[in-house]
Amino acid sequence: MSRAAIFRKISAATAALKIKAPRPEYDASITHSTPKLAGSNLLEIFSRNLAEVNGRTLLSVAELVEFLTKSGQLRGYCDPLLYERIGAPLAAAGLTVETTYEPARYDDYQFGITRASGAIAESGTLILDDEHTSRRLAALSPWVHVALLDRAAIHRTISDALAALGNSPNIIWVTGPSKTADVEGILIEGVHGPGEQIALVL
Amino acid sequence: MFGTQLIDDYARQIADEKQASVLNGSAAGTEKRYQVLHQDYAQPDELRHLAGSIKDHTLHHLGDYLTQAENSLTQRGVHVHFAETDEDARQTILTILRQHQVSRLTKSKSMAAEEIHLNPFLIENGVECLESDLGEFIIQLDDDIPSHIVKPIIHKNRRGIANSFLREGVAEDYNDDPQTITRRARIFLRKKYMDAQACITGANVLCADSGRLDIVTNEGNSRFGMAPAPLHIALVGIEKLIPSEADLAVFLNLLGRSATGQQLTVYTEFINGPRSANQPDGPEHMHVVFLDNGRSSVLASNCREILRCIRCGACQNVCPIYRQASGHAYRSPYGGPIGAVLSPLLFGDRFPEFADLPKASTLCGACHEVCPVNIPIPDLLLRLRDKAKREAVPSPAAIPMAPFALLATSPNLWRSAMSMSKAMNHLPLDVAPIKPLQDWLGQRTLPPSKGGDFRKWMKTRRKPQH
Ligand code: SF4
Repeated sequence: MSRAAIFRKISAATAALKIKAPRPEYDASITHSTPKLAGSNLLEIFSRNLAEVNGRTLLSVAELVEFLTKSGQLRGYCDPLLYERIGAPLAAAGLTVETTYEPARYDDYQFGITRASGAIAESGTLILDDEHTSRRLAALSPWVHVALLDRAAIHRTISDALAALGNSPNIIWVTGPSKTADVEGILIEGVHGPGEQIALVL
Repeated sequence: MFGTQLIDDYARQIADEKQASVLNGSAAGTEKRYQVLHQDYAQPDELRHLAGSIKDHTLHHLGDYLTQAENSLTQRGVHVHFAETDEDARQTILTILRQHQVSRLTKSKSMAAEEIHLNPFLIENGVECLESDLGEFIIQLDDDIPSHIVKPIIHKNRRGIANSFLREGVAEDYNDDPQTITRRARIFLRKKYMDAQACITGANVLCADSGRLDIVTNEGNSRFGMAPAPLHIALVGIEKLIPSEADLAVFLNLLGRSATGQQLTVYTEFINGPRSANQPDGPEHMHVVFLDNGRSSVLASNCREILRCIRCGACQNVCPIYRQASGHAYRSPYGGPIGAVLSPLLFGDRFPEFADLPKASTLCGACHEVCPVNIPIPDLLLRLRDKAKREAVPSPAAIPMAPFALLATSPNLWRSAMSMSKAMNHLPLDVAPIKPLQDWLGQRTLPPSKGGDFRKWMKTRRKPQH
């Protein structure tokens, strides 16, 4: 009922238009930010832009161990597929690493280690999709989210990443830690999601 | 000119504290937007103009794009609904919720949902409907209404919020440190996410080619709300469409920068179906409700450019009148320049009620300059003034201001007055000694006031039932 009525009204409105705007042709480069893209090494550009939004890039498991230990985030979740590479060395360093995420215990995990499906250098963005993230919640409820990123999966620009968006019904771009400025415009990180967003590039 | 007086009068009545909050917040927003946009782009205007023409093209071919979006979504197992009016939308959503036996849900900030007063309606119908954006959550606790499209509590300060948390039992003691406030909300809300049976969201953009809904939040509330919930309902205005995913590069780059001075909003989510089989988290069922509610009539009007709007709030931040008067002065969820154009158009059958808004502008042009989709807002305001003249809408010149002033000093009264269903009961228009206005009012059959307030609901819920 509503459907037919809405389409009828839309048709009437657009049929009455004397000029219909054509679809503009443009080059995606109009959307690129030159200062944001300065540099030639994609990982460096990515890390710089991630740092600008208060995220971190770590380049080894040893660095991750140091970061988690120093910040007192000692217990967490690791995607079972990454256990050997990342989880086991963390456990060997004395951290508690679980390979199952139980939603009922959402607050027990101080860190969550999952895979990123890609990244965007221009904006310091990590890309997660349902195929590559073991559990959405494991990348969301812990204070620290560590996304394992393959450096070959870094797109240069936002438009490149959109062109390669793929077919997953759910994709999320994460650009830094969760944040708000709702209270008097003061920036606070870690609102509902992670307060620390880490890209781990091995 | 008296036309500006309703808003002027409101501006004079609001508390200094509230005025200072709005002024500081909006000035900071304007400054940050300018810096980021000009730092990142040599020619930001080119991008604004491009965005405007992409939107124009889409709107001029809306029937085709809407059909395409509907097909793409349906093919991916999404249930698509169309709602011609606000009432249709509310009933459609309630029906879906009842089918899934939902009694509690979280809702991620959505202006379309504000527009149709979804929250009070659901609460009245027994569905716990909790706002999950920090600002909206505080609005809900206070039984207030958002005064800014992007920063709903721009009119509040930390002391008020700390008091609300204490009063409503979100916190056990008074603490007005913004970090503590945020942590307390974090703890309170994640319990609710995990327990919710559904998540309702809006959408910032919808790509016709893939059906992909784009939802952006900085807090991660929409992502968290959807991760454990088995059902996702998205309420999407029919004007949210763009032709393709490739065009998102234009809109995402402009939206974050214009709204909050960010290159990208932290969480930018692309959704066009229920979760995939190998993903344990996320909704198994997804519904999209396309909302018209006057949009197709706006498309038929000579002000259709306003449908390009991507709700970034930049025109609010920059507007001298908005800064003085706050969004509440505009008597609809849409305040500031966007509201001055949109409200009289969108609520078309109630045009006289909002016909004063387009007069509340100095036509300084700042809103047009900052608009990421290049909407010529001052021109549209003039066209609406013209319409008011042509349709001989009574000028509110002789309206006694005393009740109005009273409204302005009492947030609750004001809120009631602003709520669409109650507006005519409280606005002083009904005592206006103007024949045409009274005739017009006399013809109105108003829906019964729907007072399902979250606060009342929460209070009753908190009482132990033994
Ligand atoms: S009218 Fe333009 S500036 Fe105002 S909210 Fe809409 S898009 Fe933003």
